[in-house]
Amino acid sequence: MDFQVVVLAGGTSKKLVPLVSKEVPKALLPVANRPVLSYVLELLEQSNLKDLIVVVEGEDAALRVGGWISGAYVDRLHVEVAAVPEGVGTADALRAIARHLTANDILVVSGDLVCDVPPGAVAAAHRRHDAVVTSMLCSTPVSGSSDSGSSGGKDKAKKSGRCNIIGLDPTKQFLLHIATAAEVEKDIRLQKSILRAVGQMEIRADLMDAHLYAFNRSALQAVLDQKETFQSLKQDVLPYLVRSQLRSELLLNGAQAEENGNEKVASQNNKVMPSQLLANASTPSFHELYALGADGSAPVPRKTHKCCAYIASKSKYCARLNSIQAFNDINRDVTGEASHLSGYSFSAQNNIIHPSAVLGSKTTVGPQCMLGEGSQMGDKCSVKRSVIGRHCRIGSNVKVVNSVVMNHVTIGDGCSIQGSVICSNVQLQERVVLKDCQVGAGYVVTACSECRGESLARKEKIQSQ
Amino acid sequence: MDQRRTSRLIDPKVRHVGFFTPAAPPDSLPPPVSVSPSGNSLSPVMIPPPRHASDNLSSRAVGVPVPASTQRRSSTDNLPVGSYNPSESLLGTSPVLSPSSNLVNGEFSEDSANWIRRSNSGKLASSFPSGGFDLTAASEAKKVQGVSEKVGGTVVGVANDLPSSSKPLKEKTTKANRRALQESQRAAKAAAKGGAAPAHEQQVGKAVKAASHKKDGPLVTSSVAASEKKGGDRPPEKDRKKDVPLPRMQFDDKGRVEKAKRRAVVKQTEARNRVELFRHLPQYEHGTQLPDLETKFFQLDPMHPAVYKVGLQYLAGDILESNARCIAMLQAFQEAIKDYSTPPEKTLTRDLAAKINSFVSFLIECRPLSISMGNAIRFLKAHIAKLPVTLAESEAKASLCSDIDRFINEKIVVADKVIVRHAVTKIRDGDVLLTYGSSSVVEMILLHAHELGKNFRVVVVDSRPNLEGQALLRSLVGKGLSCTYTHINAVSYIMPEVTRVFLGAASVLSNGTVYSRVGTACVAMVAHAFHVPVLICCEAYKFHERVQLDSICSNELGDPDAISKVSGRVDINYLDNWANKENLQLLNLLYDATPSDYISMIITDYGMVPPTSVPVIVREYGSEHLLI
Repeated sequence: MDFQVVVLAGGTSKKLVPLVSKEVPKALLPVANRPVLSYVLELLEQSNLKDLIVVVEGEDAALRVGGWISGAYVDRLHVEVAAVPEGVGTADALRAIARHLTANDILVVSGDLVCDVPPGAVAAAHRRHDAVVTSMLCSTPVSGSSDSGSSGGKDKAKKSGRCNIIGLDPTKQFLLHIATAAEVEKDIRLQKSILRAVGQMEIRADLMDAHLYAFNRSALQAVLDQKETFQSLKQDVLPYLVRSQLRSELLLNGAQAEENGNEKVASQNNKVMPSQLLANASTPSFHELYALGADGSAPVPRKTHKCCAYIASKSKYCARLNSIQAFNDINRDVTGEASHLSGYSFSAQNNIIHPSAVLGSKTTVGPQCMLGEGSQMGDKCSVKRSVIGRHCRIGSNVKVVNSVVMNHVTIGDGCSIQGSVICSNVQLQERVVLKDCQVGAGYVVTACSECRGESLARKEKIQSQ
Repeated sequence: MDQRRTSRLIDPKVRHVGFFTPAAPPDSLPPPVSVSPSGNSLSPVMIPPPRHASDNLSSRAVGVPVPASTQRRSSTDNLPVGSYNPSESLLGTSPVLSPSSNLVNGEFSEDSANWIRRSNSGKLASSFPSGGFDLTAASEAKKVQGVSEKVGGTVVGVANDLPSSSKPLKEKTTKANRRALQESQRAAKAAAKGGAAPAHEQQVGKAVKAASHKKDGPLVTSSVAASEKKGGDRPPEKDRKKDVPLPRMQFDDKGRVEKAKRRAVVKQTEARNRVELFRHLPQYEHGTQLPDLETKFFQLDPMHPAVYKVGLQYLAGDILESNARCIAMLQAFQEAIKDYSTPPEKTLTRDLAAKINSFVSFLIECRPLSISMGNAIRFLKAHIAKLPVTLAESEAKASLCSDIDRFINEKIVVADKVIVRHAVTKIRDGDVLLTYGSSSVVEMILLHAHELGKNFRVVVVDSRPNLEGQALLRSLVGKGLSCTYTHINAVSYIMPEVTRVFLGAASVLSNGTVYSRVGTACVAMVAHAFHVPVLICCEAYKFHERVQLDSICSNELGDPDAISKVSGRVDINYLDNWANKENLQLLNLLYDATPSDYISMIITDYGMVPPTSVPVIVREYGSEHLLI
């Protein structure tokens, strides 16, 4: 179908410290005991997209991600892993791999996307309208469950970070305005010209940019070349394309320009006619109407390009793992309401307990839980809505609620863990009480300590980042 | 012969229902006789053409220069033609032959002489309209058997009573006999077809196929073959079969529908409340198709992106007009051919033809093909088949691409220009021109006439649900024409001030019937009643040798939701959730058939002709479509 897929897997995102580390880049963070990148790759594989370019920030991270992919997806996918320097934006990442891009259109997917919206739908909407960019929008997920208990102020900050102001045309097919979180604080500035051309704009704040874009390659590369200051797709390129859609500076669709050239050389104005006929007959979008001018007789048709939006239906699941809160939410959802994504089959109790896991007496594992391979639990433990990784050793009388425990974690007797994330190789000594904490990899929490809303990690780790 | 006369019985006064026609020429009206028993069987959707007075008939026989003796014709007329019964004319028959049509008839009669000579040389076995009328009639009768069994019976009875001199007894066989014969023919045909197109059943009552079956002739003589006679030697049987457009599937045939569904790319959920009369047409839930097809975007490997895109656009209704649909399809095929490479151990002609077939069936799933698209596909396939095997792949592809370009250019673009040139001569200062819907040719005509400085006014008649007339209106007003915009409900009020009606067409069939956007027939009839000339602007590539008598047996159904909602009026929601009500069926017909009697002239790229001359063009130039 002449699409190339670029997965932007990111590197070690600062937002996710202390969950991520040199050893565990963002792409490999476990969601229901599977790296988050696998969700994207499998989504693409389902859509028969098997030639992928995965862009990772940092050489080390690239090596790790590449190693994991070649292990897990050997002879299923054909993946090229490209490394870009750390700290570059998404636009720069695309610039770096520009020479690998040859197809007509490019699908750019964020590696932290967990969703079940078929990317084909976005691509089809893109093709149907000959758009320059098509962005997938989904309804903002409900952030944080009520009993996660994070403070109100924090929650709000996160919400505003996520929501966008998005303007749509009445048919909900075209993007008219997009403003990211930072701009939302100020007034919204709309362009009169667009408003005038469309006549009616629907402004919505309940939609989230899923970071799945279809770009027209030539247009994208033109923008990337012309605007060297552009750093991020979402914050620079997309708003720019949306802003300039009625006064396009792109030499839109090199192919089309060529065609026109050819026609002039052939000096047959006949050949222009079919396209005119086509344009006349197809129901014109406001772009075409505007291009022709108000009275339908502009001397030179104005250059326009289309920015489309694909709005995923509410029944689909779609979330991005771009914050610690989101990490918790996604883990909860993948074992809970969006369990079809996890790829596991749930037991009658609506949980997954690996056959090699050992449970002590009077230990209960509630629904929407997951217990990884080789984990052992002592007596009288209780696990609720939590994911526990592989080869964990959990003592007796431990409570784990709404938490994620990664691999090789040792938890002493009498601990209580609530709403927390505990990374690999962490050791919790006896009677530790954690609430809404994040414990970085390899950290040792001393006995009887009590933490609330803290981020615990080894000092040198943080400094090294 | 006289059966027909006896059953044409509508009192002329009855025809004035709805609007008053100031001066109906009373002389040409036939004498009213009695009331037909079959009058009630008329479906409200169908616009039956009025019967011709005998003078018209003879002129028609000239226009259709088939060696049809009046004798034969009269015998066919005796047959029960099912719902198409002679007694059903709604409007005055008074076939006012315009002087121009007479003139052209004169021209063509010469032509017909030629034709007869040629046919005498033995090249042609079958031809169209009269050859197989008996069969048509029989199948028709079978089709609407439930409705008109009694009527048919009586009519046959009457026909048998008539002393019909030297006619062979063929047509007088009983109904059972005829049916048996038809069954056997069908079986034979299926056998002849082999597995080629098992999923398609012969369209009952469609005259194209039926006409090609002469009883004593070979079973698989296609009408294409008839139109190809000019080319001299006939292509072998197989080739001809390939050229024949597959007969439409009958969607009330459950087994075949199931089979087709399994192959289908587009998810087709059948609509729950299907309109009974139109069960033979595809009626699907429209809402779910587009998203479903979209999700499959990457899964459809063999589909070329360009074809896929066009299919999406059809399904989403982005492209509506028939010329545009045809051009979009051809350009997509062109792209696909450019990217095509023959797999090893296969020949280009065969493999590419198969590819094109798969594309076409995909497009049909998105939306049924228009007749013009069918013609274009036929043209393309003929060209693929005719490619010499020795030709290198790149050359073959280049030649096909240039063929497509030429088709678009000659048959659509230049044809439009010629039509515009012809049509402009019919516009005089002070004219009030009425047009219905939005036709690209009509738009070009109006704009060109305006550029020439002619002083005229335009009435744009529009109708729900698409309201495509508004786009036309926008462009006309933008160019400074003075326009009036009204909906079709008001057409009889606006008609007295109109001097000419220009209409576009999706197709013109060889009995002169114009197949066009639904509502066209109504406009044409009203115009006819007010003695306003109706000019149909249609490129000749849209002509088809099919004969269609009503708009039921072949039509397309649109999205029923489109008519249940009123755009911009949220408060009109009485029909929300209509699909749950079992006793409500919405019918959104897309096309209707305008009988040739309401049409004064057809403006085509071969000149301005009366509707009776359409078969001549189909015959004389039809093969040329395939050979340019």
